[in-house]
Amino acid sequence: MTEVPTYTFKDFASDQEVRWCPGCGDYVILRGVQKALPMMGKRKEDFVFVSGIGCSSRFPYYLDTYGFHSIHGRAPAVATGVKLANPHLSVWVITGDGDGLAIGGNHMIHAIRRNINLNIVLFNNKIYGLTKGQFSPTSDLGHKTKSSPYGNIQAPFNFGELTIGAAGQFYARIPDNNPNEMADIMVAAEKHKGASVIEILQNCVIFNDGAFDGYTDKTVRDDAMISLKHGEKMIFGKEKNKGIRFNGRQLEAVTIGENGITENDILVHDAHDPNPSMHFMLTQLQHPLPIGIIRSVEVDTFDDRVEDQVQGAQQRSKFKSVDDLLFSGETYQV
Amino acid sequence: MLDDAPAITNGQEKSNVKLDHVVIRFAGDSGDGMQLTGSQFSDTSAMLGNDIATFPNYPAEIRAPEGSVYGVSGFQVHIGEVEISTPGDDVDVLVAMNPAALITNFDSVSPGKTIIVNSDEFTAKNLAKAGYTSNPLEDGSLASYHLVKAPITKLSRETVKDMGLDNSSMNRTRNMFALGMVFWMFSRPLDYTIKYLEKKFGKKPEIFQSNVKVLKAGYNFAETLELLPSAFTVMPAKMTKGTYRIIMGNTATAWGFLAAAEKSGKQLFLGSYPITPASDILHELSEHLHFGVRTFQAEDEISGICSALGAAFTGSLALTTTSGPGLALKSEAIGLAVMTELPVVVVDVQRGGPSTGLPTKTEQADLLQAMYGRNGESPVIILAPSTPANCFDYAYEASRLALEHMTPVILLSDGYIANGSAPWLIRSMKDMPPINPAPAPTGGEEWLPYLRDEDSLARRWAIPGMPGFEHRIGGLEKEDGTGNISYDPLNHEHMVKLRAEKVKRVENYIPELEIDGAQSGDLLVIGWGGTFGSLHTAIKYMHEEGHSIGLAHFHYLNPMPKNTAEVLSRFKKIVVCELNLGQFATLLKSKFPEFNYLQYNKVQGLPFTVMELNNHFRQLMGLS
Repeated sequence: MTEVPTYTFKDFASDQEVRWCPGCGDYVILRGVQKALPMMGKRKEDFVFVSGIGCSSRFPYYLDTYGFHSIHGRAPAVATGVKLANPHLSVWVITGDGDGLAIGGNHMIHAIRRNINLNIVLFNNKIYGLTKGQFSPTSDLGHKTKSSPYGNIQAPFNFGELTIGAAGQFYARIPDNNPNEMADIMVAAEKHKGASVIEILQNCVIFNDGAFDGYTDKTVRDDAMISLKHGEKMIFGKEKNKGIRFNGRQLEAVTIGENGITENDILVHDAHDPNPSMHFMLTQLQHPLPIGIIRSVEVDTFDDRVEDQVQGAQQRSKFKSVDDLLFSGETYQV
Repeated sequence: MLDDAPAITNGQEKSNVKLDHVVIRFAGDSGDGMQLTGSQFSDTSAMLGNDIATFPNYPAEIRAPEGSVYGVSGFQVHIGEVEISTPGDDVDVLVAMNPAALITNFDSVSPGKTIIVNSDEFTAKNLAKAGYTSNPLEDGSLASYHLVKAPITKLSRETVKDMGLDNSSMNRTRNMFALGMVFWMFSRPLDYTIKYLEKKFGKKPEIFQSNVKVLKAGYNFAETLELLPSAFTVMPAKMTKGTYRIIMGNTATAWGFLAAAEKSGKQLFLGSYPITPASDILHELSEHLHFGVRTFQAEDEISGICSALGAAFTGSLALTTTSGPGLALKSEAIGLAVMTELPVVVVDVQRGGPSTGLPTKTEQADLLQAMYGRNGESPVIILAPSTPANCFDYAYEASRLALEHMTPVILLSDGYIANGSAPWLIRSMKDMPPINPAPAPTGGEEWLPYLRDEDSLARRWAIPGMPGFEHRIGGLEKEDGTGNISYDPLNHEHMVKLRAEKVKRVENYIPELEIDGAQSGDLLVIGWGGTFGSLHTAIKYMHEEGHSIGLAHFHYLNPMPKNTAEVLSRFKKIVVCELNLGQFATLLKSKFPEFNYLQYNKVQGLPFTVMELNNHFRQLMGLS
């Protein structure tokens, strides 16, 4: 294989005018992706970005890679076809909470459970933006929107729970205001073999502004979120004196030095544990909200299995051309 | 001699009757193995050089309650030394494995014909289940038929009683007894079926041995006791010389795609969701991974086609297979294929509708769905095979047109030809026409994703992995050439017209319409798709009698052949025959309003019979 050229983020910017609302979290994500792509060691022509419908799904137009802006909810299915047709490609699904979890929920869970080597980036802003402000499958209960003027009464999905419930092997969560960490996670997702799910908590300035302020605002973020790193203690807080422990029933936030708690009580994050129980509890934790790579376990992928079957069949088969098949078996002369 | 030795009514002397064609129907419970029995008979006959056509008619229930009328499964075989184009209208020999099979098939047998029954199953209980108030074997109601009462259950069980089979395995050999009898009746050898059984049950020697024993017992029973009124001989048909095989429509479809992939040098991708009666194409292609085929059984119909679109974007010959309800679910994605100008073949093996309809019965009522069932102006190419064997050619042709014109193609097969089988003069790859997929851009020229071929208007096909041609496509309206999103009003109108023109120009790349029978004159019969066999047979008889009748059978439904209007103008009357309420007639009326169209329609989940067609055509021609 020829050497991969050295790229900068500019190599991945398309000539299209970006049309998101000023201040939209999507700009930060675009920057994060353009930053991450040169770090992946892949040739530019080998990236394919597939999206569905919604604000997030305009994404492929703004990247100078191969891109397919498909139809509402179907990006995982389109991307599956791309990956199976050419497993050498790095295939990305760009979707949102409405696209990926409502109309496309079926494709999402099946892509995850098959563990096909796709990188799925879901922009979760807990609202429908492009249709101008209806509640989505991740909107909080009670949320007043155009289609829920008396408050949302549909219980929301937690995408982390859903991913792990669908036998997902890679799940990361990251807010939209940190392009550097986002880029690192994207590089890790690309390296991970299997369906890699990244949930980005994305602020919609128009229809759900401040939805994540309780976590991401500068004044609270150090205490409201915990950044998980594999192999490191789950410690957080401005003073780095808080941590997560397992109390025998569930996870809880504790302060080191209070009530006899020492650093030894604090859990070490093991993202590679095949048993998903701890990861599932982490996805459920709300205070603090875990961000970073929560689960990353490598198991066989669907696309590898497909290739193995095809290659095995090719080695074993006596049919070398279609003529061999057409004239095989029970034929007769007239 | 057995106590209940079978009796023959109307005791006709045994004679050897030479027939030019004969129709045999095997009918029994859906668990009785009638499909296997029928296909063994038809395959053996084909090996002997007969022309054949078959028609399986089975219920949607996999195992309906035993003895019930809705659980009756039938398999009809038409063999001949003359050209055979349909499974036949009237049954010459009916094999009825129980009273329900007799009562549901009786209407297809005319007086004087042969009915073989398994007399053991005509118990009070089974008679009541079938709705008989008295036993037709005893009440004289079958007096005008050659009735053969054979105690098939008893004799089959007797044959295998020492082989250590359990009760149900013993009963499951009964179909072989019936098959053995019919083999003797038509002087067919047993070796093909014995070879088949060995292959099927080779790993279970006791099942293999017992089936062979019962098959021979049935054959010997018919021969030594000379129980049957006559033995028939059907001589080999005068068919084009060459190597043949028996092929089912769905298999031929699958193989046509394999051939197209090899010829075009493209990897074959099928994204599909199981649905009757299309699933056999998925099964067949899944057997052939060794040709590099990727088959993907998706989570739903939408994923089936969307994965195919992803594969098409990535340079594969991409397919999805379905039936009517699935085509409805794929509508939006077909629109995306129209908009992005990607090649994808959508196979719709039509069945009775609307909604779930009649899953195992045939119909031609998806034509307008294929033509118009999408939002926006969304033209696609539509083709329809017309026989089990030419499913191969039209699957190949659908692939060629999709790849060369960068547009979706819908292939309208139907349950009748998909499950029917016929001899196929095997096509060799070297005889298949070339396929030249839309070319990839080359480095030396200006590159835009929607640059087009001047004649066909097909765009270039750059695929992921090709350096320097990175581009974006999508479902939003685009500027011609660049493919950039454009909401400009005039550009939209230009693009809508351009996509329509691209499909229309396909008429320059397809053969002209041909007429079967009279080339001009009194009555032009128009058909399309799977009704060819019945229409062809019907007009052939009348044309041979000297009547001025012709058949224009369409395989290209959109666009239609260029000479269509000229062909229509050659006849005084036009009748459009379809298994729907007049969908193709509607298209013809809108496209060629200068002609007057009569219609002949049937929506019973069944094919046309030759007789009903003949009667109708005679009436139209003032002959009766």
